[in-house]
Amino acid sequence: MAENNRAVVKLKEKFASSIVEVVEFRGEVTVTIKKEDLLAVLAFLKQALQFNLLTDVTAIDYLGKREERFMMVYLLYSIPNKDRLRIKAAVSEAECHIESATQVWAAANWLEREVYDLFGITFDNHPDLRRILMTPDWEGYPLRKDYPLQGPDREPYKGRLS
Amino acid sequence: MATTEKMTLNMGPQHPSTHGVLRLVLELDGEVITKITPDIGYLHRGVEKLSEHRTYHQVLPLTDRLDYLAPMHNNLGYILTVEKLLDIQVPERAQTIRIIMAELTRLESHLVWLATHALDIGAMTVFLYAFREREVIMETYELISGARMTSNFFRAGGLSQDVPPEFEKKVRDFIDAMPGNLDQYEGLLTTNPIWLKRTIGNGVITAEDAIDIGITGPALRGSGVDWDLRRDNPYSGYENYQFQVPVGEKCDTFDRYKVRLVEMREACKIVTQALDRLKPGPVLADCPQVCYPPKENVYNSIEGLIHHFKIASEGYPVPEGEVYQGVENPKGELGFYIVSDGSSKPYRMRIRPPSFVNLQAIEKMAKGAMIADLVAVIGTLDVVLGEIDR
Repeated sequence: MAENNRAVVKLKEKFASSIVEVVEFRGEVTVTIKKEDLLAVLAFLKQALQFNLLTDVTAIDYLGKREERFMMVYLLYSIPNKDRLRIKAAVSEAECHIESATQVWAAANWLEREVYDLFGITFDNHPDLRRILMTPDWEGYPLRKDYPLQGPDREPYKGRLS
Repeated sequence: MATTEKMTLNMGPQHPSTHGVLRLVLELDGEVITKITPDIGYLHRGVEKLSEHRTYHQVLPLTDRLDYLAPMHNNLGYILTVEKLLDIQVPERAQTIRIIMAELTRLESHLVWLATHALDIGAMTVFLYAFREREVIMETYELISGARMTSNFFRAGGLSQDVPPEFEKKVRDFIDAMPGNLDQYEGLLTTNPIWLKRTIGNGVITAEDAIDIGITGPALRGSGVDWDLRRDNPYSGYENYQFQVPVGEKCDTFDRYKVRLVEMREACKIVTQALDRLKPGPVLADCPQVCYPPKENVYNSIEGLIHHFKIASEGYPVPEGEVYQGVENPKGELGFYIVSDGSSKPYRMRIRPPSFVNLQAIEKMAKGAMIADLVAVIGTLDVVLGEIDR
């Protein structure tokens, strides 16, 4: 059960007011927190609970499905404890920025650049926030749900004509 | 009085060691590298975006094109994630064949790494020998799936089909010969003074720095971190196999070379154990909502044809939720994070590519090195740009 998870217990003790939701699905625990407390929670997880490896950083676009459009996702792993944890924080379209996790793990550098490049979420205090996969002059953010699959200014694919 | 001037040099994408799609902007003080700025994205295909517009089954062919040196591993990572979402069990024979193919793929990937790494540093004989062995693995791919690289052999719930009768002997002959081949490579390299001078003390990254920057796989184990997902978060029944996880001490290019060679020997042991436990049985779960019907049913009954058509055209609905599954790819931790909204297409599919994260360390590893040593550092990271750019 998620309530018995070691990290969840500790987080509830220390950051009770920051936790929005705790979910367990297929044995995986996800903790959603308020975005303003993100850095403090991540630093605590690394230093106090030995989540020393930032496996991945990504985002989800819930366009039209949720009030706050984006959800930042941080996948953490503890090499000493062989334990995984997923931290999420909602980011609204109006205030499309969040604190950079590079202040906790160097690994976040390129991962956050990719999220910036493809979702348009900016990271405060990131040391080198530039596009990484698309060209610097690219317009739009390809992984947003309202970005067309075929790319901008192109007719939707209608299948092979032959 | 002599004055010096810093120079900026573009290394790649045309340089052979940069694989045709990686550009490194170097700032040089003489021949010493003072700064590296990698420029990636030349190959970007938008696989994650494409995945949101395809059924779970249709996403599978996209995955084995990510790391084209380890296609079965990529298939496996994706399929395990979908199976986790679906919560279905895979028959034992299919699990065992998956492990055989995953470890053969590890051998294949490491063989290409060894061949190209050695060639980059100037040793051509090993290149020819390693590709000779890789060819046998390619033939095995062709034998079971009909394709030499893009295998598409795994399915949610098992495999696309059972392996032919000659499979077991072919794999066993190959695996029995591999330790001798590995001795041959080591005879050419491990005590070779040029190889030692080019690799020892080159591209050093400490364990602490490696974890901080997110390096995984043999590159992390070369820095002395004893961590392997097959042992520490087992999947596909790896917990039932005996194998060692090699680690390095000096955190340099030579240690990473040794770690990968030992991993190849251990992969042979795993394949032998898997072949010994390969028993007859089904290779696809009894789950008609997800699994395609047997071909004879499709050809000989209207119900089978409709069943096949329905899965092929509509896909299968997947319960709402989100999961992550990481596998120990030859390059490191390859992970798939899928968010399902309950439909037959992933709402969001994120690929955690090991090469992408590992390449991030190149600046730390090569800063202060000579420009010629950078070629060895690129090789020791074993990057595949298809996975980096996705």
